[in-house]
Amino acid sequence: MTGFPDLRADFPILETGVHFLDSGASSQKPIQVLEAMDRFARTSYANVHRGAYKLSVAATDAYEAARQRVADFLGADHDEVVFTRGATTSLNSIAFGWGLEHLRPGDRILTTVMEHHANLVPWQMVAKRTGATLDHIPITEDGRLDLDAFLEKLDERVRVVAVTGMSNALGTIPDVPWIAGRAHEAGARVVVDAAQLVPHREVDVRELGADFLAFSSHKMLGPTGIGVLWGRMDALEEMEPFEGGGEMIADVTLHNATWAPIPHRFEAGTPPIIEAVGLHAAIDYLDSIGMDQIFAHDQHLTAVALERLSDVPGVQIHGPRDTENRGGVISITMDGTHAHDLATILDEHGVAVRAGHHCAKPLMRELGVAATARLSFYVYNTEEDIDATVTGLRKAGELFGVG
Amino acid sequence: MALEELYREVILDHYRNPRNRGRLDEPEATAEGMNPLCGDEIHIDLRFEDGKVSAIAVEGQGCSISQASASMMSEAIKGKTREEISDLIARFRGMMSLEGGTDPGIDPDRPGASLGDMEALQGVRQYPVRIKCAALGWTVLQDALQS
Repeated sequence: MTGFPDLRADFPILETGVHFLDSGASSQKPIQVLEAMDRFARTSYANVHRGAYKLSVAATDAYEAARQRVADFLGADHDEVVFTRGATTSLNSIAFGWGLEHLRPGDRILTTVMEHHANLVPWQMVAKRTGATLDHIPITEDGRLDLDAFLEKLDERVRVVAVTGMSNALGTIPDVPWIAGRAHEAGARVVVDAAQLVPHREVDVRELGADFLAFSSHKMLGPTGIGVLWGRMDALEEMEPFEGGGEMIADVTLHNATWAPIPHRFEAGTPPIIEAVGLHAAIDYLDSIGMDQIFAHDQHLTAVALERLSDVPGVQIHGPRDTENRGGVISITMDGTHAHDLATILDEHGVAVRAGHHCAKPLMRELGVAATARLSFYVYNTEEDIDATVTGLRKAGELFGVG
Repeated sequence: MALEELYREVILDHYRNPRNRGRLDEPEATAEGMNPLCGDEIHIDLRFEDGKVSAIAVEGQGCSISQASASMMSEAIKGKTREEISDLIARFRGMMSLEGGTDPGIDPDRPGASLGDMEALQGVRQYPVRIKCAALGWTVLQDALQS
């Protein structure tokens, strides 16, 4: 064992005994987060940046403190952190706010075949509207980005490289600093979908070298409804607001408006205030464990699972077979047994996994499968969860006559 | 454990050896459908003679429940008129507790007397997320009949 603390008592939902292996879709919330949100809602809640009364000031302070907490967590500046509704909204804001402004016919957008739909579909939409073309970096047989192919595809017409920080289906962690270096040499902006990366591994945005980064609170022990768009200030300055409304303006006349300073310019309407407090508490919780410890724990469980799963007759593992540059996500199939059947059988064994295409249908086609069952680990998981999974998979093999 | 109730041998048999698999040349009615959430797909071709289904072919991919249900359906509707098929659809929907369903007329003392092998799908009702898998082929069949 790794000496990682047993945190299950902090997560009330785990009292049901569920082996929760679907944190890649959404994580559970510790009492520290639930209580922080509850306390704030009971004592300090009001709309932010508006009322000239004490409660509104308190709420504004809490909201901006959350922004500072995110900035510190990422090694970023306070004003570079934009709160959104989630990673999907962040990525759409970049594609529409930056892409529509700067892409021209003949420009190229380079993304990868293993993107979540959230970092693919917005670029498809923007490509159609601007006349830019979309191209995709392929993957190697073991589910890693084909960097040679990336270099071949990279030329001066590439204006954006949009890449996942960690694949939600395979767990692969591409070498973003290297990719960003090459992309910048070619004059492209780099957008990183960090929805899986930020919850699991320490990210310093300066070291990562991206121009834009997107992630969601709900995958990192925080509440739904809030996410982050981080951009380097010069990149944010190139972006137009994706949404208009209250809070994002400096002045408004009947025909025109001017924008508020960054980041408020990108936060139209009442933001997710209680959720920001929850995200703040979630980051405090993660930092109290230590991101290095968390990543080591994910990797330990991944190593154990890769070994134990490979002993189960008929199980195929998709993606990297080792833990190098790989997070705690494992996609599997079983010969002659569909992923949904696996998920149902595992559910009967108290194991919650996601089955399907994981919002990455192009990747599923690439792998030649219709669907996979996906195990994803987080701070509250233990080897017992893996054992329960293996027991369930063996039962599935029996039922379906595999092996 | 209810798993054995869900994965009855007859279901697994239809999953492994699906009946009436493939496509028809010049089908008189055809339809396809998918479940966007899980990706299950079914394509159905039909031909009629004297107002009765003379040939049916099913193609698709997906979980055991969706494919087995479509396979059983393909056997059940052969030689049936549109009216008889509508009645079958309604009784199947009734068995699955779906909207628009009628009393399936299942007699526990005479298993298979009303809906044949399809009665084995009753266990699916205990798994609400899987009911849509079982229903997919039937929904596509309805579309094909209206095509």
